[in-house]
Amino acid sequence: MLARPAFFRRVEKQATFMAITKTDIIARLKMDILPLGGLRAIPAGIVSDPGLGPLNEAFPQGHFPLGAMHEFLSNGQESRVATAGFISGLVSGLMKNGGAALWIGTSRTVFPPALKMFGIEPERIIFIDLQKEKDVLWAMEEALKCNGLAAVIGEMPELSFTISRRFQLAVEKSRVTGFILRSNPRNLNTNACVSRWKINPIPTFSDDELPGLGFARWNVELVKIRNGKPGSWQIEWADQRFNHITEWIQSIIPEPKRKTG
Amino acid sequence: MAKRFVTIWFRQLKTDWFSIRQPALRKQPFVLSAPDHGRLVITAVNELARAQGVEAGMVVADARAIIPSLEVLDDPPGLSEKLLKAIAEWCIRYTNIVAVDLPEGIIMDVTGCAHLWGGEMKYIKDINVRLRNRGYDLRATIADTIGAAWAIAHYGGISPIVEYGKQMETLLSLPPAALRLEFNVVDRLHKLGLHQVRNFIGMPRSALRRRFGKDLLLKLDQALGHEEEPITCIQPIEPFRERLPCLEPIVTATGIEIALERLLDMICQRMQKEGMGIRKALFTGFRVDGKFEKIAIGTHRATNNARHLYKLFEDKISTIEPGLGIELFMIDALKSEKCSIQQERLWETTHGLEDPGLSELMDRMANRFGYSPIRRFLPAEHYLPEKSFKLSESLNETTSAPWMIDRPRPLHLLSIPQRIEVTAPIPDYPPMNFRYLGKMHKIKKADGPERIEQEWWIQDGPHRDYYAVEDEKGGRYWLFRSGHYREDKTPNWFIHGFFA
Repeated sequence: MLARPAFFRRVEKQATFMAITKTDIIARLKMDILPLGGLRAIPAGIVSDPGLGPLNEAFPQGHFPLGAMHEFLSNGQESRVATAGFISGLVSGLMKNGGAALWIGTSRTVFPPALKMFGIEPERIIFIDLQKEKDVLWAMEEALKCNGLAAVIGEMPELSFTISRRFQLAVEKSRVTGFILRSNPRNLNTNACVSRWKINPIPTFSDDELPGLGFARWNVELVKIRNGKPGSWQIEWADQRFNHITEWIQSIIPEPKRKTG
Repeated sequence: MAKRFVTIWFRQLKTDWFSIRQPALRKQPFVLSAPDHGRLVITAVNELARAQGVEAGMVVADARAIIPSLEVLDDPPGLSEKLLKAIAEWCIRYTNIVAVDLPEGIIMDVTGCAHLWGGEMKYIKDINVRLRNRGYDLRATIADTIGAAWAIAHYGGISPIVEYGKQMETLLSLPPAALRLEFNVVDRLHKLGLHQVRNFIGMPRSALRRRFGKDLLLKLDQALGHEEEPITCIQPIEPFRERLPCLEPIVTATGIEIALERLLDMICQRMQKEGMGIRKALFTGFRVDGKFEKIAIGTHRATNNARHLYKLFEDKISTIEPGLGIELFMIDALKSEKCSIQQERLWETTHGLEDPGLSELMDRMANRFGYSPIRRFLPAEHYLPEKSFKLSESLNETTSAPWMIDRPRPLHLLSIPQRIEVTAPIPDYPPMNFRYLGKMHKIKKADGPERIEQEWWIQDGPHRDYYAVEDEKGGRYWLFRSGHYREDKTPNWFIHGFFA
């Protein structure tokens, strides 16, 4: 009788362990797949967590994807500025170790001193104010290739698949984190960005007895995230960090009020 | 081979220079003066003034007593160094070893040069004629040693040439000052009745050293040629420029690229050795038909990285029109600066504004779009929001003023505030609603007013009362009322920004 080939013997041996290690193997394989999708594990030591709290569960690897492209959609001036605020909060986390960032666009209205309120040193941001959309694309791609930058923020209404692919390939090499702000986009096509967000302002919290505005508060909607779980959260920017808001906490513990004249 | 030296003595270097610049001074006695211990002391005198008895070292007031019409001019400090250096650079035509001999001379090592002018007499004559034509009064002499040449320039007879090996004979009849000795040594020699070099040259060396110091023996030996005399010759500044002639005229873009690459390699190699970097560079192609094709680039930080410079030029290569062909390429560093050597490997992870990669990126952007779209902001000490920041000049500029963030400021600011229609209770309540771009916003919450006055020392105008308001949907705005409510007219309301 012929001896059974070694291959079959190995399979049988593995099958006995299968029950125990199946979940481990799947977890490992999932981790192997991530780099193929443009998400790279972040080496320990240079992690700068933007402090998104519960949102981290939505991301693959439980961490805001760095070295990737993120797309933000906004409709109208209010949501555009809310998006800029949310991005500023994220970028401030990335710039903590003294990095610099580029803000590229055609119609800049960002008021530099206000960036300080979002934890960014305004002088560490270089604004590139261009005339043509085409130039923005060129500048954006060049900037994304520069690994000395912490983040690159580009404002452009349209983003084709090809362009987004070029950006994504550039950041995979340089590990710069790119943010694309699309205000009033006409064409919501698929693209190579790892995530798509929608940020809208929501009324700030304040006691009924006290007039005045509370801390900036947004409804953060993660529409798409590669290998993650989309969701929707309410986030507040207070004391230079993100606060996650759950309704019942809001009703029990009153927030500290900002004193304004 | 015996060495030969030329010394040039400018008798009135500074006053000659003034006369050249202002020909009217030639016919007038004038002096240069500099303040010294609260007095004006004469530092240089022209020929006409000297003839009437005015000398350097006199006080200006005394000189005015001798010549009432004396013209007195300021003596700019460092003038002789500057002039001598310029003349020395010009003198490189005669020999390539030229040194400045302060305060009023030039030394040249002319060994093996004079015969090119047809002999030493013609050589000296050429120097004399050319410099005299410029307006300088000078005496040029030639001898085996610097000391001997200097001695006959200042104290010698008519002949400006000391024959080979004849310095001893020439020196014998000259006064001790001709040996370039210090004043007190010369004085002592005269007191002892040693009025000529011949009086003491035969004395035992030990006696001379004991009485007059080592310096006398050294100067004597140098003048006679027993001792070498070192000179510091001037280094002509060589411009950063490289040329690349071509055997055949170049017409293709690839050819131009290769030429550019090679030239950049050449110039960068030289700059790396000297620790310099390019701030502005010009690449010129000389066409067969006599026309030039030029492309120029600028950088944010001095660099001698050939690859980076090539990238900057690369975009502009397409603008070159080779015509019938380019036969000579040239690169010029129009502006160069000291450049620190980057420790590329070790510090490659540096982040922030100092990152060399970032400045290279800025160069590429500036090369494509110009400098104006690249903006970096620094705080400015103004209360009006649109003036509270200013453009930074460079990537490294910092300021001591802090960013003012004690008050809420909107993340988006309209460059020009826009008129809105409001319903607001008087006197100073926030509005109840406002209409902006045809849309009604009902105000739910409001903060304010925050009054910002005009800076009267800059401009006039009404003050502004700012309110931060929030509408029913959560949009947050920055509104202001311009001026007070008055009986005859209601103030205007504006929207100025959007809060995140």
